[in-house]
Amino acid sequence: MDPVISIRPLLAVAVAGLAALAVLVLNNREKLRDVVSPLAAIAMFAIVASMAPTVLAGGTVDLRLFEILPGIDFAFRVDALGMVFATVSSLLWILAAIYSIGYMRHLNEHAQTRFFACFAASLAAAVGGAFAANLFTLVIFYEVLSLVTYPLVYHHEDEEGWTGSRKYLVYLMGASKSVLLAALALTYHLAGSLDFVPGGLLAGVDASPALLTVVYFCYLFGFAKAAVMPMHAWLPAAMVAPTPVSALLHAVAVVKMGVFCVLRVVFHVFGTGLVDGLGLGIATAYLVSFTILMASIYALTRDDLKARLAYSTVSQLSYIVLGAVLLSPVAMVGGIIHIAAHAFSKITLFFCAGSIYCASGKRNISDMAGIGRRLPWTMGAFFVASLSMIGVPPTAGFVSKWYLALGSVEAGEIAFLVVLLVSSVLNAAYFLPVSYVAFFGTETQESPATVREIPMVTIPLVATAILSVSMGIFPGYFLTLAEGVVR
Amino acid sequence: MAFPLLSLIVFMPAAGAAVLMFLRSDDAVRWTALGVTVLDLALCIAMLAGFDTTTHEMQFTETRPWVPALGITYALGIDGISALFVFLTALLGWICVLASWVAIDRKVKEFMVSLLAMQALMLGVFCALDLFLFYVFWEAMLIPMYVIIGVWGGDGRVYAAFKFFLYTLAGSLLFLIGVIVLYFHGGETFDIRALTAQDLPFRVQSWLFFAFLIAFAVKVPMVPVHTWLPDAHVQAPTAGSIILAGVLLKMGAYGFLRFSLPMLPEASLYYSTLMLSLSALAIVYGGLLALAQDDLKKLVAYSSISHMGFVTLGIFTLNLRGLEGGILQMFNHGVTTGALFLFVGLIYERTHTRSIADYGGLMKAAPVYTAFLALFTLSSMALPGTNSFVGELLVLSGAFAANLAVGAAAVLGALLGAAYLLGMYRKVALGPASIGVRFKIRDVNARELVAILPLAVFVLWVGLYPKPFLNIIGPSVRHLLTQVHSNGGGQ
Repeated sequence: MDPVISIRPLLAVAVAGLAALAVLVLNNREKLRDVVSPLAAIAMFAIVASMAPTVLAGGTVDLRLFEILPGIDFAFRVDALGMVFATVSSLLWILAAIYSIGYMRHLNEHAQTRFFACFAASLAAAVGGAFAANLFTLVIFYEVLSLVTYPLVYHHEDEEGWTGSRKYLVYLMGASKSVLLAALALTYHLAGSLDFVPGGLLAGVDASPALLTVVYFCYLFGFAKAAVMPMHAWLPAAMVAPTPVSALLHAVAVVKMGVFCVLRVVFHVFGTGLVDGLGLGIATAYLVSFTILMASIYALTRDDLKARLAYSTVSQLSYIVLGAVLLSPVAMVGGIIHIAAHAFSKITLFFCAGSIYCASGKRNISDMAGIGRRLPWTMGAFFVASLSMIGVPPTAGFVSKWYLALGSVEAGEIAFLVVLLVSSVLNAAYFLPVSYVAFFGTETQESPATVREIPMVTIPLVATAILSVSMGIFPGYFLTLAEGVVR
Repeated sequence: MAFPLLSLIVFMPAAGAAVLMFLRSDDAVRWTALGVTVLDLALCIAMLAGFDTTTHEMQFTETRPWVPALGITYALGIDGISALFVFLTALLGWICVLASWVAIDRKVKEFMVSLLAMQALMLGVFCALDLFLFYVFWEAMLIPMYVIIGVWGGDGRVYAAFKFFLYTLAGSLLFLIGVIVLYFHGGETFDIRALTAQDLPFRVQSWLFFAFLIAFAVKVPMVPVHTWLPDAHVQAPTAGSIILAGVLLKMGAYGFLRFSLPMLPEASLYYSTLMLSLSALAIVYGGLLALAQDDLKKLVAYSSISHMGFVTLGIFTLNLRGLEGGILQMFNHGVTTGALFLFVGLIYERTHTRSIADYGGLMKAAPVYTAFLALFTLSSMALPGTNSFVGELLVLSGAFAANLAVGAAAVLGALLGAAYLLGMYRKVALGPASIGVRFKIRDVNARELVAILPLAVFVLWVGLYPKPFLNIIGPSVRHLLTQVHSNGGGQ
C-alpha cells in the first residue's frame, strides 16, 4: 500500500503549538484563554482520527519536510505504533483540558497562562514524537517535551518545586546528553541514516555484537522517560507538579513518549531479529522485571497517594517494554495495547487524586478514611481504574495483561508469567486498600460539608473510567493497530 | 580583472576607521561605525549570493605583485571554508558595534577605530592567499585586540592584555619560523596554493606540524596553552569578548584547515591520534573548569575551551562527517558563544556584577532577555533542534568512526556541558525574584533586540536546515580530504 502524502501530521502538531501561542496572547482574558485548550484538543483529536482509517488498513501517512543532514530528514510518518500513542494522547487531552480548568480555577492557582501554554506545547511535542519518521525528528520532539514540561513541574515555585524540577531535568537531560547522544552518533556512524525501518535500521549493518549491545543499552537508558530502573527517580520527583500535569503528562504523554521511543528502537532501529540475535531480549526482560517488582514494592510503602501512583507508573511502564522484548508476537501486542490500557486507567487514578485534593486538601491515603461517602463518583471511578490496573476483567488492563501472559507462555519464558502474576498481586495490595479505606474507613473527625464533588473535575474522571472499561470490552481498535506493528 | 569584491570587503572597515578619526561627536562615530559594518555585511551577503558551491577552487581571486623579488604577492581569494568565516566575521562586526553603544562611554572614537581595524585584519586573514600577507594580517590583529582589552577592559585589564599578547606572540614566532622553512622547502614562494601542491618530506612535515601546532593551539586554545583565555575574556569589554570568542578562536582552527592538513598531510595523519586525544582532553577539562566557575563570564569562557575541543576533534577525525561537523561547530560557536557574551555584557551593564550567586529570578524581572538566554543556553549545550546539535552529531559520528574511546570522552564533555549550562541558567533565571528587587533591571530595548535577533535566527536555521551551510563548505571539505588522504597515503 502506497503511503498517503498529507499535511495532517504537521497540522496535528501545529494545532497544539498554535494553541500554546494563543494562550500566551490571551494572557489577560481568562475566559477566552481557557476555551482555547479544549477546542485545540478536539481539533487535534479530529485530525488524528481522520488518519486512523488509513493506518488501520495497514497504510501510512507521510510528510517529508526537508533534509537536515544526508540520510536525515525532518519528516513525519504516521504508522500503527505512532497512531496508538497519538490517539491516546489526543483523546485524553480533551478530558484533561476540561479537568485542568476545573482544577486550576478551584484551587485558584497562580501562573495559569504559563500552565496552559506549556500544557498545550507538551501535547504538540508528544504527538510530534508519535508521528516522527526518524530518530532525529523524534529526539527533537523528545527534548522539547522535557523543556516545556519543566515549568509545569516547578509550577508552585516553592522549595519542593525547585528541588523536584531540578531532579527532573538532571535525569532527563543527563541521560539524553550522555548515553542517548552517544547512541545517536554511533547509529548515524554505523547506518548512515537515522530512519525508522520496518525490520530494523541496524539489521544487516556490519558491526561487532559488543558495539551493538552498547548502543542498545545506551538507547534503553538514554530514553530516561521510559523510567527503567535506575533511570526512574525523576518520576516520583515530578509529582510536585499540579495534578493535571501528573495525570496527562506523567502518566500518559511524557512517560509514554519514553516507552514509545524504546519500542521504536526495538522494532524499527534494531529490529526484533537483531535484538533476538544479540540475545538482548531476555536480558532486557530480566532488567524490566526487576523494575516491575521493585517499583511495586516501593509503591506499597508510600502513603502519599500521588507518590504511590508514580511508583505504580514506573512498574507499569516496564510491562510495555517487557511485552516488546519478549519478542513473541502476542507479547508484543500486549505491550503495545498496554500503552492505551495503562493510560486510560492511570489518568483516572490521578484525576481522582486531584479531585480528592481539590475537595478536601488531602494527599495522604491514611487521611482519606471515609472520603468515599463524600466523593462517591470519584472513589467509584478510582475503584474501577484500580481493577483495570490489577487486570480484572472486563477492564482494559485485563486485555493487555492477558496478551502479555499468553505471550510469555508463547515465548517459553514462564519466569515472566510469574513476574506478571506476582506484580498483579502487588497491584491489588497497594490499590485496593485505598478504596477500602475510602469507603469503609471511619473518619477520625467528620469532614466539613464543603467536601463534595466538583463537576468540572468529576465529569472527566468518570469519562476516563468509562474509557477504561470500554477498552476492555471493545479492544478492537488498539488490537488492530498493535497487530499492524507486529506484522 | 574582475571587480575586487574581497578587497572591498577587507578594506572597507579600515577605510571606515580612517573616516572615524575626523569625526568629533561620539554619536557620529557610533553611527558611522554601524553604517560601515552593516555595509560590510551587505557586501558579504552579496559575495555569498555569487558564491559557486559546486567547486573547491578559490573564488573571487585577486592577484597583484607586491614584492616580486621575494615572490610576495597581494593575493586574495576564498574557498567554501573561508567564505563561511568571512561571513561570520561580518555578521558579528555590527553586533559588536551595537554591543558597545553605551557600554563604551569614554574614548569612543578610539574604541571604534580599533574595532574596525580589528575587523579589517580578521577578514584579511580569512581571505589571504599569500602566506606573507596572511602573516601580516595575523600578527597585526594582536595590536587592536591588545588595545581593546588593555584600554577598555576591567580592573585587571593590563595583566590580561599582556598575557594575551605574550601567549599569542610566542605562538606566532614559531609560526614565523615555520613560514620561513616552508618558503625555502616549498620552492621560494609564498603562494598558499603553490605551497599546498608541494610534497614535503615527512621529517620536514613533522617539524612544521609541531611549529604550527603550538601557534594554532594557543589561538584555539587547546589545553594546556589555554590559560590566557579566561583572563582575556573576563577583562575584555563585551565587544572584545564577542570578537575573541566569535572570530579569534576560529583563527587557530582555520590555521589547521588551511596549512596543517593540506600542506602537511602525512604528519596530520600520523599525529591525528595525538590531536584527537588533546581535543578530548580540552573537551573534558574545559567542561570541568566551567563547572567550577561562579563568575558568569568565566563560565562562558571556559565553555569555549570545551566547545573548541569539539572543533579540533572534528577536524582531526580526518573523515567527512567529522570535518564538516568541526567546521560547522566553528560557525555555531561563533554565533552562540558570541550571543552568550553579549548577554553577559547586557546583564553586567545593569547590575555591575558577574557573580552567579548575585543573580536569581531574572525571568520575572526581564522575561524577554531570559527567554533568549534560554535559547542560547540550549544552543550552547547542543539541544536537538539547535545549531550546535547538528555539528555535535556530525563531530561525534566522525569521532566514533575514528576512535571509539575519544568519542566516548567527548560524550562525557557533552554531559558536562549540559550540567554547567543548565545549572547556570537555573541559578540566573529561576528562583525567587531577588535580582529584580536589588537592581533596577530593565528588559532588553530595541537596540539590544536588533543585535540578538539575527543570532537567534541562525541558531534555529542551522539547527533545522543546515544544508545551505554544508553546501558552502562541502566541496572544499571533500577536496581537503582528498589532499590529506591521497598525499598522506591513508585510506
